[in-house]
Amino acid sequence: MLSFLARRLASTLPVLLIVAVLVFAMLRLTPGDPAAVLAGDAASTEQIAQIRTGLGLDRSIPVQFGLWAGQLLTGDLGQSYYYKTPVATLIGQRLEPTISLALITITLAVGVAVPLGVLAAWRFGSLLDRALMGFSVLGFSVPIFVLAYLLIWLVSLKLGWLPVQGYKRIADGVGPWLYHLTLPAITLSVIYIALIARVTRASVLETLGEDYIRTARAKGLPERTVLLRHALANAAVPIITVIGIGIALLIGGVVVTESVYAIPGLGRLTVDAVLARDFPTIQGVILLFSFVYVMVNLLVDLSYVFFDPRIRY
Amino acid sequence: MTTHRRSILALVLAALAATVVPQALAQSNVLRVVPHSNLAILDPIWTTAYMSRNHGYMIYDTLFGTDENAKIKPQMVESWTESGDHRLWTFKLRKGLAFHDGKPVTGDDVIASLQRWGKRDAMGSSLFQFVQRMDSPTPDTFRIFLGEACGFVLEALGKPSSNVPFIMPKRIAETDAFKQIEEHIGSGPFIFKKDEFKPGDKAVYLKNAQYVPRSEPPSGSTGGKQIYVDRVEWNLALRDAQAQVNALQKGEVDIIEQLSFDHYTTVKADATLQLPKVDKFGLQYMARFNHLHKPFDNPKVRQAAIAAFAQEPFLRAQVGVKELYRPCASMFVCGTPFGSLAGSEIQSKSTMKKAQELLKASGYDGTPIVIMKPTDLASIQKLPDVAAQLLRQAGFKVDLQVMDWQTLVGRRAKKDAPDKGGWHMFLTAWQAFDVWNPISNPAMDSRGEKSTWFGWATDDKLVDLRNQFMRATDEPTKKKLADLIHARAFEIGTHAPLGEFEAPMAARKNITGFFVTNGNLYWNLKKS
Repeated sequence: MLSFLARRLASTLPVLLIVAVLVFAMLRLTPGDPAAVLAGDAASTEQIAQIRTGLGLDRSIPVQFGLWAGQLLTGDLGQSYYYKTPVATLIGQRLEPTISLALITITLAVGVAVPLGVLAAWRFGSLLDRALMGFSVLGFSVPIFVLAYLLIWLVSLKLGWLPVQGYKRIADGVGPWLYHLTLPAITLSVIYIALIARVTRASVLETLGEDYIRTARAKGLPERTVLLRHALANAAVPIITVIGIGIALLIGGVVVTESVYAIPGLGRLTVDAVLARDFPTIQGVILLFSFVYVMVNLLVDLSYVFFDPRIRY
Repeated sequence: MTTHRRSILALVLAALAATVVPQALAQSNVLRVVPHSNLAILDPIWTTAYMSRNHGYMIYDTLFGTDENAKIKPQMVESWTESGDHRLWTFKLRKGLAFHDGKPVTGDDVIASLQRWGKRDAMGSSLFQFVQRMDSPTPDTFRIFLGEACGFVLEALGKPSSNVPFIMPKRIAETDAFKQIEEHIGSGPFIFKKDEFKPGDKAVYLKNAQYVPRSEPPSGSTGGKQIYVDRVEWNLALRDAQAQVNALQKGEVDIIEQLSFDHYTTVKADATLQLPKVDKFGLQYMARFNHLHKPFDNPKVRQAAIAAFAQEPFLRAQVGVKELYRPCASMFVCGTPFGSLAGSEIQSKSTMKKAQELLKASGYDGTPIVIMKPTDLASIQKLPDVAAQLLRQAGFKVDLQVMDWQTLVGRRAKKDAPDKGGWHMFLTAWQAFDVWNPISNPAMDSRGEKSTWFGWATDDKLVDLRNQFMRATDEPTKKKLADLIHARAFEIGTHAPLGEFEAPMAARKNITGFFVTNGNLYWNLKKS
């Protein structure tokens, strides 16, 4: 187990290195000039050239990469061209909103989707099952921004229950924090509820056909125990896998949700950085996302051991 | 859902809301503004970005300002004199001017600020071609000695848009003009809360209680800058147009600086909201040609394109709301002091048939016109489609290339041939005061590759007329020269004006005190 962990952790380094090289190269191949963005609309070509020199963008690409890689090795993600602030500071400022949104979303999604999936499997073919699967298709099909606008219209503007936009830090109080994140989390969780509920249903349904379930029922165990302790526990591996994928996919959803709800998180930072061709920030954020992706996959792999004793590393 | 469960839900939401209400009450004297874009660069001299300029107006003061009728009026200056030969200008600062750190504003601060501005701003750099030296004989006086008479000293010092000659403390203004300043201390009506600034999230400004406003009523960037709120917060995260309107309707923000045209009728119909008239001259759309490459290196081809560009189709497609736009063939904006129409008949009285004839006579060789179309800038993204269609109708071949705005911004700086990564045409919008003067209008610079703006027009006669304009010291001569410059610009086809429009501001009804700012200024506003 420990050697597996060590191997997996060691393997993150080449993955991150490849990501770093790819991101760096892709950004330099993408059209657009950070200096022109910074200079503003009325700037002259001379002014743009001076800014380019100031940023070191007039140097050759290998030299630029060497400088950046050197900084990275010392743990320095560089300085944002656009905000003139260390990228690590910018990321630090934006981590809390994104982590908060992601955690509430995934908690909500798992808390709702798993029971729904189990219910649907238990009442396979019933009206409840069909209704849940219908909802699931709808959840997949409605784009996040459409759902966001609909929920804002209903919950915020018509009912006046929750705010339209904004974010309050947890340091300002759990109440305001939750008050501002409830609607974005509901919006973002719908697609994950749909995804996880479908996989849970399929997985539990398969398990319910196994001999040991028939045996458990024949022994007279209550249906609740059969479902939760025998069926769900044995169906957990695919569910955990899809939850892991869901966490990784959250990165994409967070970008849209943060934009619509004006949450100053990493998603919004990424969009701004891309629009401004803020190379150091884009590189830093993508490296962070890659690291998170690798870590989530590692945690998912490790969790298999607890849910399926047959798996050994 | 049972009544019991519904009650629990209501209780939970009420509990959450209860924790928020005290904060809402505390916000009663806070003006919450949604600016038109993100604020990233805090040095309004280093960049020409409008957001940095607007930030500058919050915390810095200016020597002169431009009122709502485009007249220059004193702001930090109390009085001034001009020698008979127009070469010595002496300015006296008004009493009570102090920076946010408590130190008085002196002539030395002014001189250092002007020197830095003169190295970055196009109009400032033009002014400094005439400046021999400056000095400050007493702390509240400064003098400008000119090598020869020049007629735009006050226009330059009171210039309302980027780069505005904001006055900073000498120690800050001595920062290399090509490096951004680190301290943000001015003598303006608001104090910047650096510790609360979160890029991409919010910028906060506190009332400068020590600020001594002028006694005149506010008008443009002139007059008394009265502050009636304790704090102004710029919401930099709220950039989705629909979300902005939702937040305004819900009362979570007080002002949307630039309402999207699509939401104009929604806001107009809402009894809790208002559309204050703060801009007299508005903005101007413009199509810019690249004069370096075929076929637009030929003035006859440019004229044919201008003749094809009837303004109404552009305005109808892009703005759509009739009451917000007006066709106007003046390159210097209709209604402004130099708002000439001289020579504009080639556009204003043209027809598509005329454009076709001009193109035939020009010797156009069928080179496809590369038009850059930004897909992510809603304020101008429809213009290139209209341009492409009108050019096709006139007989041009068109290669409409889509890209994001930042790609366009990077590409338009390239002088390469259009088939090697360059371009033929892009379309943009300017605030009126950026283009209403022959010196500040960037498209009028026709010194070829030495020109300060993209497109690199080349015309010695226009250069000569602008030089004469810079030296003219009386208004009738200036007006006459502006007419000549305008006519010449149309004759050689520097660019095509595509009409004028208003970018509406939206606010809640409890905000009062709006005045014609011709920009984005946040003094004189009260929140009830």
